[in-house]
Amino acid sequence: MNNIQKRRLYLVGLFALGIAAGAGLILYALKQNINVFLAPSELTTTMSADYHLRLGGIVKNGSVVREKEGLGVQFVITDFKHDVTTRYVGVLPDLFREGKGVIAEGSINSQGIFIATQVLAKHDENYLPKNVYQAMRNRAT
Amino acid sequence: MISLFGEISLVFSLIFSLLQSALPLWGYWRNNPYLLACARPSAWGQFIFIFIAYLLLTIAFVTNDFSIAYVGANSHPTLPLMYRLTAVWGAHEGSILLWIVILNVWTVCVSLTSTPEGPRMTPCSKMITLTLAILGLISFCFLCFLLLTSNPFLAAMGPQVGHDLNPLLQDPGFVIHPPMLYIGYVGFSVAFAITLATLISGGLDHAWAQLTRRFTVAAWCFLTLGITLGSWWAYRVLGWGGFWFWDPVENASLLPWLAGTALMHVLILAEKRNIAKAWAALLALISFALSLLGTFLVRSGLLISAHTFANDPARGIFLLLLLAILVTAALAVYIVRIPNFSPTQTSPFSWFSRERALLLNSALLFVAMMTILLGTLYPLLLDALHLGTISVGAPYFNLVMMPLVLIAMAFMGIAPLCQWEKPTVKMVCAQAGKQFLISLLIATTLLWSVTDQLEITAEISLTLSIWIMLSVMNSFRRLPGMTIAHIGFAIMVIGIMLSGTLSKEREVRLRLGNAVNIGPYQIFFIDTQGISGSNYRGIRATFDVIKNKRHVTNLYPEKRIYTVRDLVMTKVDIHPGIFRDLYIALGEPLNENDWSIRVYYKPFMRWVWFGGIIMMLGGLLAIFHRKKEIRV
Repeated sequence: MNNIQKRRLYLVGLFALGIAAGAGLILYALKQNINVFLAPSELTTTMSADYHLRLGGIVKNGSVVREKEGLGVQFVITDFKHDVTTRYVGVLPDLFREGKGVIAEGSINSQGIFIATQVLAKHDENYLPKNVYQAMRNRAT
Repeated sequence: MISLFGEISLVFSLIFSLLQSALPLWGYWRNNPYLLACARPSAWGQFIFIFIAYLLLTIAFVTNDFSIAYVGANSHPTLPLMYRLTAVWGAHEGSILLWIVILNVWTVCVSLTSTPEGPRMTPCSKMITLTLAILGLISFCFLCFLLLTSNPFLAAMGPQVGHDLNPLLQDPGFVIHPPMLYIGYVGFSVAFAITLATLISGGLDHAWAQLTRRFTVAAWCFLTLGITLGSWWAYRVLGWGGFWFWDPVENASLLPWLAGTALMHVLILAEKRNIAKAWAALLALISFALSLLGTFLVRSGLLISAHTFANDPARGIFLLLLLAILVTAALAVYIVRIPNFSPTQTSPFSWFSRERALLLNSALLFVAMMTILLGTLYPLLLDALHLGTISVGAPYFNLVMMPLVLIAMAFMGIAPLCQWEKPTVKMVCAQAGKQFLISLLIATTLLWSVTDQLEITAEISLTLSIWIMLSVMNSFRRLPGMTIAHIGFAIMVIGIMLSGTLSKEREVRLRLGNAVNIGPYQIFFIDTQGISGSNYRGIRATFDVIKNKRHVTNLYPEKRIYTVRDLVMTKVDIHPGIFRDLYIALGEPLNENDWSIRVYYKPFMRWVWFGGIIMMLGGLLAIFHRKKEIRV
């Protein structure tokens, strides 16, 4: 084996090692950090409280209720088939509005209330989650 | 009128781009010097017409010409002039136009690197001609895309009053962020074109490495600045106190950056040691493919984020096709041509040589790039295959990137101590060990004095950052650009790490006259008053910041309603400092006197962007320093 071949072998070995390590890390990290995206009608009551997911839908008109003290707020996320009561403590994003699209991240507690740890609105004002859009279209036709 | 002239000039530049690509390629095949010589003038012709088109669109925005649909959708008579100028690239059509304009500017730069020498062509000028032809081809593809699917000069269907620019984009950060980012993105297509032209016309020689490296470093500088500005914009405008969200759009800019950084380092090997040239060529192709992918991700409407507003499936398919064709063609050329360049016999190098360090560095950057690519594309692929909708969040990226960055930093500490070819392990270790101990000591003292606790990741990253700075110091005379860029990177890591560990965040319900404590500060809510701007109205709150019973500053965060789009925007107020930022964002009024507010105390926040800017300055210095070197 001459020098070039040897060097190539080293390089290939290193690459394989790097890729293996990378793949291991990725799989480990992915397993823990994927959030499934669901619509309200896809939720089941059997989901445990440590099942973290993203819930996408429309904020139901007239459903936003603020608590007297603190920053707690309750609202209903709907896809017009199913309603999910959601509770969130914190400052809501600017684009949060009744009748508009919303994505909440969190889990369902034992009373069937969705406890949101984060409410997302990094989208424009006309954004609708895809499944909700489809549900609305189905309803319209 | 503007619409008509705009379309005409776009068609003219399309014709010129066709000439620029087809004639030289034909000429190269038939070995006809006259056809080859067409490349340069048609490149200039294309540049002039695309520039006219851009100018016309700008004039349309300045004069509020709402007969053009694009202007109507993104402007309003009350929009301030500065934002009317930048609204040109505020949405899909205009930003593709900007992409093409910048590609043309780069093309002109390439055409200026060598002067025409009459009908007899040297191999070098032949290569430049082929480069121009390839750039012309890319430009042709994008002009087709622009004219067929996203014409910015399309006439409006009926009279319109203007829908105003998206309020998120009405910020000084947005004025220069997109052009800088695009200059970086598109700059990699020059490195790609030069590499491809060299693969077609001759050998991957010293001249190729030198030329590609100069353009790569230039593109890298702009991309670094663009990403830095982007994160600054996100920090100020999105109102969540963060500077990096691992949003797919942000990843799209980081991917070519990582590949470009790897390319830049491997090109040093190719140029100085005449090795790893096939790897460098492949990286050049990858960087370009990633910047196309970035454009595709941002512009196809696949992603939901602050950046994507277009939702036309035809555009996505067109871009995907374009990406597939260009990348497949380039890879085909690469695979066919690369075996022709048998590796040159060079002296072997040891494990602790600089060659090895640079190769390892590129491998690490490549792996980092792949992990981010996977995390970004995984949800899209699943969605496309109807396997469910998922999202890969920031925790994934943080978890995967952290060890990679730390390993890369360890290499950055050792690498500058390594010599070319065959340094002994002893030599390197003795020096490295000493420096490492010193930096460990400094890091521990600093961390202890600032935070009173030793957090393990903060400790490691701070040590490594200081180590990087110590070990590159010696190279300052020989390689000032590299030294400064590495120091910039270390500063940025310190900023990211310390602002992450030490930052404090509070979301509270606050009554007028009451105070909230954060860090060593006390923030009093003084009052609120109504305000109005040219295209918005809103409320401005006054906060009094007090530290140890002494007045520090007043902060005036605002809540604005942009009347045309009826959009609510949070305008945060920040008190910046070298060692800490204070950041207040207004939430919403809960009743007459209560507001929900978010306050952040972010130590070492500025270091992130300072680091980025220093990195860019280092890159610029490297380009100019090399020029001097070459002249001598």
